[in-house]
Amino acid sequence: MTATITAEHLTIRFGSFTAVHDVSLEVGQGELFGFMGPNGSGKTTIIKALCGLLKPSEGAGTILGLDIRRDATEIRRRVGYMSQKFGLYEDLTVAENIAFYAGVYGLRGRQAEQRKDEVLGLTGIEPYLKRRAGQLSGGWKQRLALACAIIHSPEVVFLDEPTAGIDPVARRALWDLFFRLSGQGVTFFVTTHYMDEAERCGRVGYIYLSKLIAIGTVAELQRLPEANPPGTSRIQIPAANPSAMLDAVRRIAGVREATIFGRSIHALVDTDRIASLKEEVPEAGVETIEPSLEDVFVTLTYRIMEASP
Amino acid sequence: MKQLFHGLVPVCRKEFVHVVRDPGTLFFALLIPVLQLLLFGFAIDTNVRQIPTVVFDESHTQDSRRLLESFASSDVFHLQSYAESKEELYETIRAGKARVGIRIPSDYARRLQDGTTATVLVLVDGSDSTVAGQAVSTATGVTLRQSLARVVPGGKMPIEVRPSVLYNPATRSANFFVPGLIAILLQVMTILLIALSVVRERERGTLEQLTMTPVAPLGLMVGKMIPYGVLAFFELCAILAIMRVVFQVPVHGSVLALLVMSLPFLLTVLGVGLVISSKARTQAEAFQLSMGTILPSVFLSGYIFLIENMPPFFQGISRLIPTTYYIRILRGIILRGAGAGELWANAVVLTAMGCAAILLAARQFVRQGAT
Repeated sequence: MTATITAEHLTIRFGSFTAVHDVSLEVGQGELFGFMGPNGSGKTTIIKALCGLLKPSEGAGTILGLDIRRDATEIRRRVGYMSQKFGLYEDLTVAENIAFYAGVYGLRGRQAEQRKDEVLGLTGIEPYLKRRAGQLSGGWKQRLALACAIIHSPEVVFLDEPTAGIDPVARRALWDLFFRLSGQGVTFFVTTHYMDEAERCGRVGYIYLSKLIAIGTVAELQRLPEANPPGTSRIQIPAANPSAMLDAVRRIAGVREATIFGRSIHALVDTDRIASLKEEVPEAGVETIEPSLEDVFVTLTYRIMEASP
Repeated sequence: MKQLFHGLVPVCRKEFVHVVRDPGTLFFALLIPVLQLLLFGFAIDTNVRQIPTVVFDESHTQDSRRLLESFASSDVFHLQSYAESKEELYETIRAGKARVGIRIPSDYARRLQDGTTATVLVLVDGSDSTVAGQAVSTATGVTLRQSLARVVPGGKMPIEVRPSVLYNPATRSANFFVPGLIAILLQVMTILLIALSVVRERERGTLEQLTMTPVAPLGLMVGKMIPYGVLAFFELCAILAIMRVVFQVPVHGSVLALLVMSLPFLLTVLGVGLVISSKARTQAEAFQLSMGTILPSVFLSGYIFLIENMPPFFQGISRLIPTTYYIRILRGIILRGAGAGELWANAVVLTAMGCAAILLAARQFVRQGAT
């Protein structure tokens, strides 16, 4: 696997505030890398640094073998970026937006026409060419934003919360597009708050309080020792009225975390207490489960919160 | 070179589309300066005429009436009311019903006969310095001429002054004020248009997107300047036409020179607009900062007050204000028929200021990519 994106001990400070602290990661070519973390944890800052827009205070990074400190101009030519704000001109038509970004990336003549046809074919936005971008629905706006972000055939695409506030059907359609491009060898770096999106990614990183605290495939993260403290088990307790039952479960000794999942409760409990737990909630069956990605991140976050007062 | 201005053409083309798509903004941007020119052009008249004057004539003689007649015939004073007492005289001025009071004492005629000095009291309301100054100098002139007529019988004066006002013979206020007004109106419109266009992009997030593309800061800046520069140039032509046709201000110099030498000023105000847009986070902020440029350019540019009369500190400031140089160009060409030969230095200063502003804004833009 050739690394398309690398970061080595990347630290970025704004004055006395450390936005990114000692982050190292590698993303291979054609990989779809998911990047998660609460708002303000440093996700966008890392993207900006990797695109060469921000000089890191310490550490180094490369994209496509280019140095993020020195080759910012060349990086911007070969990288696509799409933010949650889309960066579209709402008073311009779909065609004008695409033409503008084609021009900005220096595409001309036949080459520009060919790329326009390609992104139109890919995103299926052709029927709306003459419509103003402001009049598109959220899902179509995103497809247009993606069309603009990949007009110059970038080898790496950064997507900063690309699906925030979009309905599930549009979200799935957009992800299908990401997978198609990724299949063609385009590397994706996607930030998201949606666990289901993260689970679709080949590998996932989790950043909390400016530090990258976990990185790996979903399966690797689920087996992380920090997420599965020794002597504990993750269990699912089916419940007819989960919200009423939640408080009762939380009060039981040996229950470390408990939260509702649909018509059941997921809990992290001391393994030796499972037997007594079964007695306290006799009407429900208790079964052991794998932690979900959310369980993993919540457990990791609690660990850090408990460690730092 | 091409790298330095990368993205200029697409940015410029897109900006023209923005302008065309928003006819409301366009209409107001072009119409408001025209309306203001018409409004202020008619309203501003600094020539002092027919000052309301109250008279308290205690003398009631032929001599006192002759003096009052010469006051009335000066066109500066309008003898509109007569007071019956000293108190009434003061009261009329305090109440604002008259700005000048003339009191002729009861011994006026007698002293004239005796050959002793007769005194006439002229009270002037100093709350408007222009009016007061004009009233004092005219009153002095009127009485001086009366005195001389008495001393030199037959009326033949040893010296006669024949003032001849060059370049604006009728001393029409419009000729003096309208060219300056053009500078102010053009400045406000241009700064506002370009500053809002950049800040709008910042608010909508498209500026952030642009920083992730290969667009060069100068490509973005100059690409935005061209459409608004073209608009401002059309506006300048419209305003000049109104000046000529409606206010009958003749252009003594070459119109071509005037248009060409306006370009450095447009460059500068566009640059100032860009600097403002690099500081302002919101459109409201950009609007306030743009409005903040108006007062200094009105008061310190020589538009209203003579720069030579200002304290040295403010003279220094006036040299930093682009409008100062453009008003010199406008008045030079329009009123005095001067040409590029006399005024080129002003154009050079404006060009330098404009380039400095653009580079400053471009640098800010590069840095802001980092926030």
